[in-house]
Amino acid sequence: MTPLAPVSRAARLLLGVGFFVVFVGAWAAITYGGMVPPLFLASPGKTLVAGWSLFTEFNFLGDIAITVFRVLGGFVIAAAIAVPVGLAMGAFKSIEAFLEPFVSFARYLPASAFIPLLILWAGVDEAQKLAVIFIGSVFQIIIMVAMIASATRRDLVEAASTLGARAWGVVFRVIIPSAAPQVAETLRLVLGWAWTYVIVAELIGAQSGIGHVIMDSQRLLDTGQMIFGIVMIGLIGLVTDVLVKLLNRRLFPWAVL
Amino acid sequence: MSNKTLRIQGVTRSFGAMLALQPIDLTVAPGEFVAILGPSGCGKSTLLRIVAGLDRPSGGTVALDAAPVTGPGPERGMVFQSYTLFPWLTVEQNIRFGLREAGRPEAEQREIAARFIARTGLKGFENHWPKQLSGGMQQRCALARALANDPEMLLLDEPFGALDHQTRELMQELLLEIWEADRKTVLFVTHDIDEAVFLASRVLVISARPGRIKAEVPVPLPYPRDWTVKTSPEFAALKARLMADIREEVRRSAVA
Repeated sequence: MTPLAPVSRAARLLLGVGFFVVFVGAWAAITYGGMVPPLFLASPGKTLVAGWSLFTEFNFLGDIAITVFRVLGGFVIAAAIAVPVGLAMGAFKSIEAFLEPFVSFARYLPASAFIPLLILWAGVDEAQKLAVIFIGSVFQIIIMVAMIASATRRDLVEAASTLGARAWGVVFRVIIPSAAPQVAETLRLVLGWAWTYVIVAELIGAQSGIGHVIMDSQRLLDTGQMIFGIVMIGLIGLVTDVLVKLLNRRLFPWAVL
Repeated sequence: MSNKTLRIQGVTRSFGAMLALQPIDLTVAPGEFVAILGPSGCGKSTLLRIVAGLDRPSGGTVALDAAPVTGPGPERGMVFQSYTLFPWLTVEQNIRFGLREAGRPEAEQREIAARFIARTGLKGFENHWPKQLSGGMQQRCALARALANDPEMLLLDEPFGALDHQTRELMQELLLEIWEADRKTVLFVTHDIDEAVFLASRVLVISARPGRIKAEVPVPLPYPRDWTVKTSPEFAALKARLMADIREEVRRSAVA
């Protein structure tokens, strides 16, 4: 293996699938081999059966839909506020000086720690779930977008100003387009984190959603259902990740050549 | 054709306690091609950036005719040593950038861009991304982008410094051809003696830091010039003279 040498597409795909095979194989070996009691860890077959019953008997699709709605809802609201704020901070140092200390503090506040408070304020309905996602995402996006915008190549800004661009021209036609592809990558990353917040929000005080199903399954000691719920989150995460990646590639062809 | 005179009076620049430029006085007549030649770190780029308005002098003034320079502006087009095409714009959109900022109608933007695409030999590459171009083509596009604004003067900061020798010579010929046709005032910063003599009508030698104008050498070679002047005895004599000046400064900056 040569350091940093690229691998072919086929080899990459094969290796990527390979690890899933190894993972499921090890899982099957320890469960079917009787190394762990089924109460603690269901076998792959049992998990699939449990998953089937979730879909056919318990309307799991509805739970998936509500969870996806919460993630996207909270995330879109957070992004709609955080991206402009982050860009403004990156572009104007006085705004950065004003907001940066607070945002740096706020982003270390764990979103899950707000859940009891948010239940008090907003009850246990959708507003509370969206608020958890929002709090978990908004400060992260602000700080990362601000960093990206701050790192705009100075020589491009200078070139623009010698071509007659004034302050707003530099912001809208240099800083924003130059930051756009990395901002899109940041959103992809934070969307992944948003998925972890939603499940935490649904473990406490929820009547629906994937997190709620996992919680319910625990009461019934159904590890098959619990594992299926967790795997489902992973799958949805993987699919959205790939879709967003493809979208970014389409939106910013100049950045990926 | 340019018709404004650049006047630099007593311009100095210090960075903290370090003096980068001693008082510089320089007048550049409309349509002149002035090369600023000096060892690296002598402050020649700083001087150019002050004229561009990208840097402020610590003392003294810069003015284009009566108008003092207080910041960057489209009447002083600049080409940088680093590749500064906007990577998210195509070649054609890059060339239109300044025209767009000026709010010119789109049809006019396209017409002007097409003219400079043709003049800089970029036909067929209008819709390429900068990343798809060679270094030489990127600098041609940067030159076209500065020229599209129809500036009073062109400020060139070692624009061909990152290019290989052959490409650099072709670029020099292209620049000369454009200058001979348009007669726009040019300030050209370089550390390459051949480049300075081949292009300029006047060469200023800047001393090692803190920079001052050490010598002013007119280049009496007649325009239009082509590559054959590089082998003429006059060229060799000028080169020998400048080389002596520069070697002394390089040695001084090496021990400093």
